[in-house]
Amino acid sequence: MPSADVVDLSRLQFAVTALYHFLFVPLTLGLSWILVIMESVYVMTGKEIYRDMTKFWGKLFGINFAMGVTTGITMEFQFGTNWAYFSHYVGDIFGAPLALEGLMAFFMESTFVGLFFFGWERLGRIQHLGVTFLVALGSNLSALWILIANAWMQYPVGAEFNAETMRMELTSFADLLFNPIAGPKFVHTLAAGYTAASMFVLGISSYYLLRRRDHSFAVRSFAVAAGFGLASVLSVLVLGDESGYTTGEVQKVKLAAIEAEWDTEKPPASFTAFGFPNQKAERTDFAIKIPFLMGLMATRSVDTPVTGIKELKQEHETRIRNGMKAYAALQRLKSGDRSPEAKAEFDRLKADLGYGLLLKKHAPAVVDATPDQIRAAVDDTIPNVLPIFWSFRLMVGLGLWFLFVFASAFIIVARRRLANNQWILKLALWSIPLPWIAIELGWIVAEYGRQPWTISEVLPTHLSTSSVTATDVATSLAGFIAFYTALLIVELYLMFKYARLGPSSLGTGRYDDESGAAVHGAHT
Amino acid sequence: MIYVFDYATLKLIWWALVGLLLVGFAILDGFDLGVGILLPFVGRGDDERRVVLNSVGPTWEGNQVWFITAGGATFAAWPLVYATAFSGFYAALILTLFALFFRPVGFDYRSKVADPRWRNWWDWGLFIGGFVPALVFGVAFGNLLVGVPFHFDVDQRSFYTGSLVGLLNPFGLIAGIVSVAMLTMHGALYLQLRTEGAVQARAIRAARIAAVIFVAAFAAAGYWVATGLDGFQIVAMPSPDASFVPSAKTVERLPGAWLRNYSRHPWTVSAPLAAFGGTLMALIASALRRAVLAFVLSCIAVAGVVLTAGFALFPFIMPSSTDPASSLTVWDAVSSHRTLQVMFWAAVIFLPLILVYTSWVYRVMRGKVTVQHVKDGSHSLY
Repeated sequence: MPSADVVDLSRLQFAVTALYHFLFVPLTLGLSWILVIMESVYVMTGKEIYRDMTKFWGKLFGINFAMGVTTGITMEFQFGTNWAYFSHYVGDIFGAPLALEGLMAFFMESTFVGLFFFGWERLGRIQHLGVTFLVALGSNLSALWILIANAWMQYPVGAEFNAETMRMELTSFADLLFNPIAGPKFVHTLAAGYTAASMFVLGISSYYLLRRRDHSFAVRSFAVAAGFGLASVLSVLVLGDESGYTTGEVQKVKLAAIEAEWDTEKPPASFTAFGFPNQKAERTDFAIKIPFLMGLMATRSVDTPVTGIKELKQEHETRIRNGMKAYAALQRLKSGDRSPEAKAEFDRLKADLGYGLLLKKHAPAVVDATPDQIRAAVDDTIPNVLPIFWSFRLMVGLGLWFLFVFASAFIIVARRRLANNQWILKLALWSIPLPWIAIELGWIVAEYGRQPWTISEVLPTHLSTSSVTATDVATSLAGFIAFYTALLIVELYLMFKYARLGPSSLGTGRYDDESGAAVHGAHT
Repeated sequence: MIYVFDYATLKLIWWALVGLLLVGFAILDGFDLGVGILLPFVGRGDDERRVVLNSVGPTWEGNQVWFITAGGATFAAWPLVYATAFSGFYAALILTLFALFFRPVGFDYRSKVADPRWRNWWDWGLFIGGFVPALVFGVAFGNLLVGVPFHFDVDQRSFYTGSLVGLLNPFGLIAGIVSVAMLTMHGALYLQLRTEGAVQARAIRAARIAAVIFVAAFAAAGYWVATGLDGFQIVAMPSPDASFVPSAKTVERLPGAWLRNYSRHPWTVSAPLAAFGGTLMALIASALRRAVLAFVLSCIAVAGVVLTAGFALFPFIMPSSTDPASSLTVWDAVSSHRTLQVMFWAAVIFLPLILVYTSWVYRVMRGKVTVQHVKDGSHSLY
């Protein structure tokens, strides 16, 4: 079994590299469609300004895209380098969507992205628009496959354990594909990316408007972002709700942690709007509760209870005790007993094998676990409630804030009242970083809330790592942090530089602040 | 579920498919890596370096996906290989990742700031991004032929007992030289095709030097395999149609085992012949200024090298030097019958599609990249 240091460091490294990667992905997902919208207007109207908009926002897209690819390479290989046992144990299922992501999506996105940048002179208008569309489609399909893989970690359907090969194996590809968790998660994540990208365009356009430069360019960009952003943030909220609903159905522990629901209340359960969850005492200090709200949102009924943590722990204890028997049955099979009874015994119990494996941390032989060790394993089944509870509330609060910003921006720009409402420009500008915070918090809720499992109820995190040393992982982790941070600084420098330059960076001579060669050339 | 192919056949097909992805990677991303290695040397002055960069600029990103997808396909089809190789070669792989980081940002960021120090710095970053992966992939392949120290426990958890320094054994290093020299030659012949003038002249010279080193190192590696390096051979194993773990078979180590496939199936000798012959004829074509032909021949040579190693190893993928029974082969390192079949259909549908649109992109972007072209596009090109 891997040492606790290796497990902790591997988790930290995965979190750092995934959170870094996810700084860049949302903008790629959303900005690619904004480029499609702008270029479509160009193709339909033939107005040059829309081509310039596509090119300029495309430049910022490119700066971001490069970092997305850089940090994405790590994600493709990290399961193998740091989570080798996970890769062996579930690769038969989990590897498929990852390979499909490459074959179906990432190939398309990456092959056409070069033509997006360099094909303007060599392609017809409609051809180039098609290329832009394929870049957007490719990046979004990438997210689809990654989230199908992720949904399977949350809710592993369509697979069963094979004692012969000591791993999970696929029993239904359709189940993997149509995992009930995957759909809402996919749309919620996409819409979150669209929201981030819209805020990005809205905020930077606001900056030009506040500076009173490139007015027609900025106002058009602002309008596109306001419309796209409003639609996106509405779907984020609706699909976030849907995501919460499906979570409530199949990931009861995560829902209970999000809501700090210690005891099963009489339905419909109340919603804790504020409070400090106290894991030790299993209560929420200073709680402010809104009656009925949570039961209605999470179960969409008045009489379905939301199972509380204490009750879930009792269920888990039963499953852990069953898991011990499952583990014993597996040992019997592995020792060479091929009798039908031995097989039948294991098949009867194997759904709880994962719970048995939870014990390995406390009782390496599993079957001889003492009541104290079982209790410790039961405590492990509940993730750390406080950060999940608060991450979720902050995320939702930010989502509602975005709704306010986009709705105001949309109404103001649609009524052509921007000149009289300068406040929305400042609001949009200062809101630029907020979607990224909301998105990272969402990742924390989904993935930290999955603990102690890498694959829910199948494979505990503490068994999933590679047989590498803590020094190996500490060194690579330090390297990742240093390298990524340096690159992030460079990226932000370029982003600020080009955002400040604005459309003048295209060198067309048509925009404000063009002190460069093009303007000089025109004067001399 | 209806199985079109039996399990054993699918296992063989997936060996071929992973091989195809690796060949695709070596040919397509191979010349990008080679161009990265050559960048600081064949491009003197900023304009020339931008010519070199933009010769691969619009297409390198798609080419790199061959590498990413080969990784993903290994995960899906050979999960034990993915798990064991990547965790075993931990330090080497992390080093490769860090080197690869320089490429996306290097291409996109380099020309966005005018400061010559900034640009020069990224140029060397792109050199590292070409050189280190080329070297590590070669060394890793070499070590597959040598055998890698690893074993499994009863839970199928893999343990690697070697070290980073252990990978740098003489045979591994020769394989590393083969890889770097081969891809440098390949990149140089690509530059001959896509550039003109001084850059092209330097690329032609570079191709010549790299080809000589490549052929010498490849011949040395072949001689070593034939005379000094012990191969591996399966003595007994369950039916190839069954699902089993690596330790269920018996493996022995013996001299000359890596040549067994060549004597048993003489057609496989075409791989090393393609490597040598392709290189020789590519050099002649290059000297005759037949750039297209030279590049095509170089592609054949690169494919020949990858296949030479693959044919020698088959059915092994990653032999274990410390516990030969733990060796990973096409029979026991694979996914389930169902997964192999699902992924087979995915490959059958998408690989041809990828080849079609990739060819289209190359056709659109064809032609020479010139200094004038780079100067005209100073705001839009890399």
